[in-house]
Amino acid sequence: MLTILFDGIAYGMLLFILAVGLAVTMGLMNFINLAHGAFAMVGGYITVLLMQRAGVPFIVCLPIAFVGTALLGAIAERTLYRPLYRRPHLDQVLFSIGLVLMSVAAVDYFVGSTQQILQLPDWLKGRTEIGEGAWTLGMGHYRLFIIAVCALVTVLLQWVLSRTRFGSRLRASVDDQRVAAGMGINVNVVFLSTFAVGSGLAGLGGALGSEVLGLDPTFPLKYMIYFLIVVAVGGTSSITGPLLAALLLGIADVAGKYYIPKMGAFIVYTLMIAILLWRPQGLFVRQGGKA
Amino acid sequence: MTGNGAQASLLRASRVKKWEPVFWLLAFAVPVVMPSEALIVNEIAIVALFAVSLDLVLGYSGIVSLGHAAFFGLGAYTAALFCKHVSPDPHMGLLVSMGAAAVLGFAASFTVLRGSDLTRLMVTLGLALILLELANKFDDITGGTDGIQGLVFSPVLGKFEFDLAGRVASYYSLAVLLALFIIARRIVHSPFGATLEAIRDNRLRAMAIGIPVHARLIAVYTIAAAMAGAAGALFTQTSGFSSLDVFEFHRSADLMLMLVVGGTGWLYGGVVGAIVFKLLQDFLSSQTPQYWSFWLGLFLVVLVLVGRDRLLKPWTWFKR
Amino acid sequence: MSGITKDIVLSAQGLVKRFGGIVATNNVTLDLRRGARHALIGPNGAGKTTLVNLLTGVLAPTSGRIVLEGEDITRLAPHKRVQRGMVRTFQISQLFASMTPLETLALVVSQHRGLGANLWQPLGARADVVQRCEELLRQFHLVEAMDVRTEHLAYGKRRLLEIAIALACEPRVLLLDEPVAGVPAGEREELLQTVAALPADVSVLLIEHDMDLVFSFADRMTVLVNGGVLVEGTPDEIARNDEVKAVYLGHDAGNEVAHG
Repeated sequence: MLTILFDGIAYGMLLFILAVGLAVTMGLMNFINLAHGAFAMVGGYITVLLMQRAGVPFIVCLPIAFVGTALLGAIAERTLYRPLYRRPHLDQVLFSIGLVLMSVAAVDYFVGSTQQILQLPDWLKGRTEIGEGAWTLGMGHYRLFIIAVCALVTVLLQWVLSRTRFGSRLRASVDDQRVAAGMGINVNVVFLSTFAVGSGLAGLGGALGSEVLGLDPTFPLKYMIYFLIVVAVGGTSSITGPLLAALLLGIADVAGKYYIPKMGAFIVYTLMIAILLWRPQGLFVRQGGKA
Repeated sequence: MTGNGAQASLLRASRVKKWEPVFWLLAFAVPVVMPSEALIVNEIAIVALFAVSLDLVLGYSGIVSLGHAAFFGLGAYTAALFCKHVSPDPHMGLLVSMGAAAVLGFAASFTVLRGSDLTRLMVTLGLALILLELANKFDDITGGTDGIQGLVFSPVLGKFEFDLAGRVASYYSLAVLLALFIIARRIVHSPFGATLEAIRDNRLRAMAIGIPVHARLIAVYTIAAAMAGAAGALFTQTSGFSSLDVFEFHRSADLMLMLVVGGTGWLYGGVVGAIVFKLLQDFLSSQTPQYWSFWLGLFLVVLVLVGRDRLLKPWTWFKR
Repeated sequence: MSGITKDIVLSAQGLVKRFGGIVATNNVTLDLRRGARHALIGPNGAGKTTLVNLLTGVLAPTSGRIVLEGEDITRLAPHKRVQRGMVRTFQISQLFASMTPLETLALVVSQHRGLGANLWQPLGARADVVQRCEELLRQFHLVEAMDVRTEHLAYGKRRLLEIAIALACEPRVLLLDEPVAGVPAGEREELLQTVAALPADVSVLLIEHDMDLVFSFADRMTVLVNGGVLVEGTPDEIARNDEVKAVYLGHDAGNEVAHG
């Protein structure tokens, strides 16, 4: 049972890294971006291709995946997304669905549709077990690594948001764009960098998670619903909300699939609907705050 | 300004335009004039009905739904199970499927009353995914990934047997489409329809003029679900099978695209969109069977960047 | 309090509204007499619109009671209050962008007459509904604009439509939230005339900053400051009240109190 909890936490942290960019851009630009999963997929493919074709070590691929995807995100924001901020949500949904379809087909065309196998470096394979009997905690080293990296990133994010000037500019822009602009904050730059970092984090998550989640061209479609759940339930006004939502989702999903395999994902969806009915603005949004 | 001015102006919207009977006559003529196209006419009619039902919810009431396939799918499976276990009569099956979809629509309507667009998107998507999962898991009833196959339905109106060429099917679907379209048309031009548009345009003000917003939304959602269920039933009845594909996300996504291309909020948008989409899909899949979704995606991206309302006015494409 | 001698049609009793630590409405008691022309004034941020939101049910009070025609409506849903005759207008016009004034009024009148759930008849089929719409269009000078989509209407016409909508609901109690706000001088006259011509049996609560309008319109005034009632009385009493003067002159260097 502890192992399941552990796996759930690992899965949840991974989901958080994947989804946090989406939460922040939703809160900041009020843009529903269903193509967020495509950036994660790009990160995964960058990693796999670099490892397979260029022999780059896994651990080196991670920052490359982050930077590469962030660059892609920056270009996309500047050219494609920026004109659409004021459009109705329906337009944004359609646009991002279009992007997903294009990226899925493009990847299929260039790389093929079979699932990519990621060869983990030896030091990440293996497992440590503590305790015994019903209280055994089996920790896969890879999952430990995921938790460690994600925790580090989370701490960094929180630090940037609360301690740096960029962080306060970001928070000001989220709270009230017009006032922030009126105060001399370059909202365009804030949007661009936030979108880039958010996409980069998705790419990092995709790279980290390929082995666990499976990497093929349908990745963005398969996992988009999970990212959206994290954002809808966690709210967009903080990063602790999505963090808690992601952990909840991760644990619920892993536990559900283990204990009631016949129901599987059904549990997650029902839970989500129930939560959204109870608190339409998200589970962790403070009363009266912007959702 | 005489009394007739105002009344005439109001009634103009609901009056049948001259081109409308022509359009429907043409539609009904195609399976006779071009018998080889009967199958695609059938597909278009089914999908057009599906699109019109979504327009009631999305175009007229402003509810962004990504899971309308839930009702289509439920209608499809109900029709299949009804045929298999109760009676092969297509008319009874159609009514029962509409009823089942209406019940689901009524229950589901409570989930879309509150919350932001994102919440509604999630909840509607979630419902469709739940049904997909359920259909998958309870495969002893639904046939799982194989679906329910080999269904044989009794002749339409007791006389017209479903033929392989699809002629009877296309007329059956066209007739149901027309009947439900007429009903939808009356609804949107009625005071009820006007209250829906008010809710869409400004929910706050709608409440402030005494409109019971929740009651109206529940009503329209139920009606739309019943119509989508009818489309699903037609799908099963004219093809003889039903599979998990009816709940798939791409059905809901394609549907949105159709409605957007044709234009939301004028009912014919769904029909026009269905025609354009299906013909385009037919053409593109024969050209590039594997990657047609790429072109679809590109089309969506360009459509949005150019602006939905400017799509049908090419002269506005390059203005800023 | 009791309506025996004065026929109170709407009564707010001890209304309090808190948002977290902020008290937006501080123990407000206000009685609206039948047929009143009652003005609610106060500096910006005094909580006037919040009070209207509480009365109409858009916001739920933290504590207090609202009584309409003797019925406690504190927990009643907003649309039901409208059905019982309490109608408001909005400071920022809340209109239906895609509908024309004619369609909008036809909708409101139909809804008010119980036709809102009618799925079958076309919107313009009932002659009595159309007739009422024509009356309102004439009264509010919207006849030429009746077929123009609301999103394309000039600002002054939008303000007129804003009030026409409220009147189409046949209100017994009308809450007007800054009806002439932002209206260019040329179109104010039209609007002021229609406000002055409101039926005598309709009880009106007017929120306004324009002191000309307030003093010519009101027979009673309540001054709201920081969410609480500072003083209530006749316009003369208010004009002479030192506390009120201090509030206004202290705030805005007197340009709001200027009246010729």
